[in-house]
Amino acid sequence: MQYKAFMIKYAEIGTKGKNRYIFEDILCKNINRKLKSLGEFHIRKEQGRIFVEARSDYDYEDTIAALTKVFGIVGICPVIVEEDTSFETIRDRVIEYVDNAYDRKNFTFKVNTRRNDKTYPMTSMEVNAELGHYLLEAYDKLSVDVHTPQEIINVEIRKVVYIYSITIPGPGGLPVGTNGKAMALLSGGIDSPVAAYMIAKRGVEIEAVYFHAPPFTSERAKQKVVDLACIVADYAGAIRLHVVNFADIQMAIYDNCPHEELTIIMKRYMIKIAEELAKRNDCQCTVTGESIGQVSSQTVHSLYVINEVSTMPVFRPCIGMDKQEIVDISEKIGTYETSIQPYEDCCTTFVAKHPVTKPILSAIEKSESKLAGIIEPMVEKAVDTVETIMCRNK
Amino acid sequence: MEAYFDNAATTVVFPEVRELVMELMEKDYGNPSSLHMKGVDAGSYIRNAKEIIARELKCEPKEIIFTSGGTESNNMALIGAALANRRAGNKIITTAVEHASVASCTRFLADMGFEVVTIGTDSRGVVDKQELYDAVDENTILVSVMYVNNEIGSIMPIEEIGRMIKEKNSRTLFHVDAIQAFGKFRIYPKRLNIDMMSISGHKLHGPKGVGVLFIKNGTKLKPIIYGGGQQGGMRSGTENVPGIAGLGMAVDMVYRNLDERISHMKQLKDRLTQGLTEIENVYCNSGDAPHIASFSFVGVRSEVMLHALEERGIYVSAGSACSSNKQSVSSVLTAINLPKERLESTLRFSFSGYNTEEQVDYTIEVIKEILPVLRRYVRKK
Repeated sequence: MQYKAFMIKYAEIGTKGKNRYIFEDILCKNINRKLKSLGEFHIRKEQGRIFVEARSDYDYEDTIAALTKVFGIVGICPVIVEEDTSFETIRDRVIEYVDNAYDRKNFTFKVNTRRNDKTYPMTSMEVNAELGHYLLEAYDKLSVDVHTPQEIINVEIRKVVYIYSITIPGPGGLPVGTNGKAMALLSGGIDSPVAAYMIAKRGVEIEAVYFHAPPFTSERAKQKVVDLACIVADYAGAIRLHVVNFADIQMAIYDNCPHEELTIIMKRYMIKIAEELAKRNDCQCTVTGESIGQVSSQTVHSLYVINEVSTMPVFRPCIGMDKQEIVDISEKIGTYETSIQPYEDCCTTFVAKHPVTKPILSAIEKSESKLAGIIEPMVEKAVDTVETIMCRNK
Repeated sequence: MEAYFDNAATTVVFPEVRELVMELMEKDYGNPSSLHMKGVDAGSYIRNAKEIIARELKCEPKEIIFTSGGTESNNMALIGAALANRRAGNKIITTAVEHASVASCTRFLADMGFEVVTIGTDSRGVVDKQELYDAVDENTILVSVMYVNNEIGSIMPIEEIGRMIKEKNSRTLFHVDAIQAFGKFRIYPKRLNIDMMSISGHKLHGPKGVGVLFIKNGTKLKPIIYGGGQQGGMRSGTENVPGIAGLGMAVDMVYRNLDERISHMKQLKDRLTQGLTEIENVYCNSGDAPHIASFSFVGVRSEVMLHALEERGIYVSAGSACSSNKQSVSSVLTAINLPKERLESTLRFSFSGYNTEEQVDYTIEVIKEILPVLRRYVRKK
């Protein structure tokens, strides 16, 4: 493998002032954790970048794939490391590098040399000029453009020489673990894993809750949610998934409340339970995949009535997105295929033919008052008997 | 109590078969194509299995081809026969209630330009003989009819169909998917005018991943898998020796006390049918096969009922898997014209010799208990 190291670029962390080292340290730790199974890597911070050096054989594609799932990384530059710093060797390696790195050698470029070792016999400008000259000689379709080059060939001369030019885009965001913890409601559909992903992307650790309603929902539906949590965990780090048995509550609502209000009332109890679990697990917020107008329980009126029971922030990162935009993200992060498996979730089991789309808070509260006395112990039991499953990516 | 009533999906492997398979993986692991003793030993297991199956089918051992299972056997028969006989004609006849491994092949062949005629059934799932007879003509190269339907257990009049086909066109090949029938009935393909017949191992307490296609001597068939030329070039690929040996033993065991086994299953089926049909709005859709029963529990979606039974240790299968996201209604149940409320509430109970009366009684009891509860929680209109 020609690349012996990767330079990790991160943007937003750079703006965090005195807390910057915290962000950088967590990013290093997250990178370390992600690469642990892929080989031996040495990770160090230097001058606003993170340098990942391979100390053993490793698989290039697997490593890049892993790094592109670490939030906080903006770009990944594969780097050639050359121990011989003589100009002749640098020249040969740069020519060889361009040969390997670019299929079509017909771009404009400039060479950008940095020289930490001030005793080096040539100045940076001289190295730039000489390397440019040899590259033009080697590849006749190349041309130099020092102002707006398509490619910048970086050469850093230190104790060893680093050569790099290509940047593979990272996922962006902030390192997970730098910004609290969220309890994400996962349904098994397309939207909720995307919502969890988006919140994780802002550096938030994720726990998740799934409402299971046997026998109305199947073991397979539950397994599907576990699978989804595992995929999101590939980005967000291990996710503790709390499985709540919701069947009794659902049936109590069914027995006592108007059918067309069932979904709204059910969702209010889901938020209540999710919040209780959030509190017990040191989360500061909950996350849902709701998007305005997508279904009857996601009209603004419905969202208002559902939201009314919450005491924590409920983050809804998909709120302004069209379905297709959510689908695009789910395809990109790899949850789509799993999400579209056709297993019933508890929201659709008893859904009314014509559910309310403009619920009125006082009316819903009045309907819920019929549950007084029976539902509280059920909620308590649901929270107390939760099954927690650790979801890690395979 | 645990009650496994999904034996049409798969059966538990006989303990003796399990041990034989293990032994072959441990000791006699040779490749039958190898020239040394290990290879020769492996080969003798295959020969032995072939002889057992040939004995039960009253055919010659060389008419037995081992495959990876029922699906492959059906693929080999349909696609192989169609490709080998395209010059003789273009028409293929099948029924509306075939298993997906036949129906998907005929769809593929239709895409390839063959004319595929699908024959309907009566309300009990039995193919319309007259319609089939009328459809066979000079141009017909293949007729494929299942012996026992996997969802409702209807039995097709294979003997009559075989006779009728050959009477109308002696060159038309007759394929029978006997996957749910072999091991339950004594089937002698040559007496029934069958040219090809598919068998699966794991439906009769044999291992998964092994099956048989009986191919009558002289039947023109193109292989669908090419390679090292094993099994006379008809099915390349190193033989699944442990699976084949296990299948041979399972067949031997199943047929040794077939009558006893069958009358036991029939008794259980009758007992369950009687117990369940006493309940209001429970309908029986079963055909005559001794091991397959089908019921509609009107008012409860089959998936919900299935999971509720599962919670009580009773394992069955849904006649049609419905879900809110995808409406995949069983083509068999549609073909026999079940009304919608029965279509979406159908469960299949399928028996093996291991099931007991106690399990049946327990199941009836559980259903009587949970049905009223589940019927309360339905989607309101």
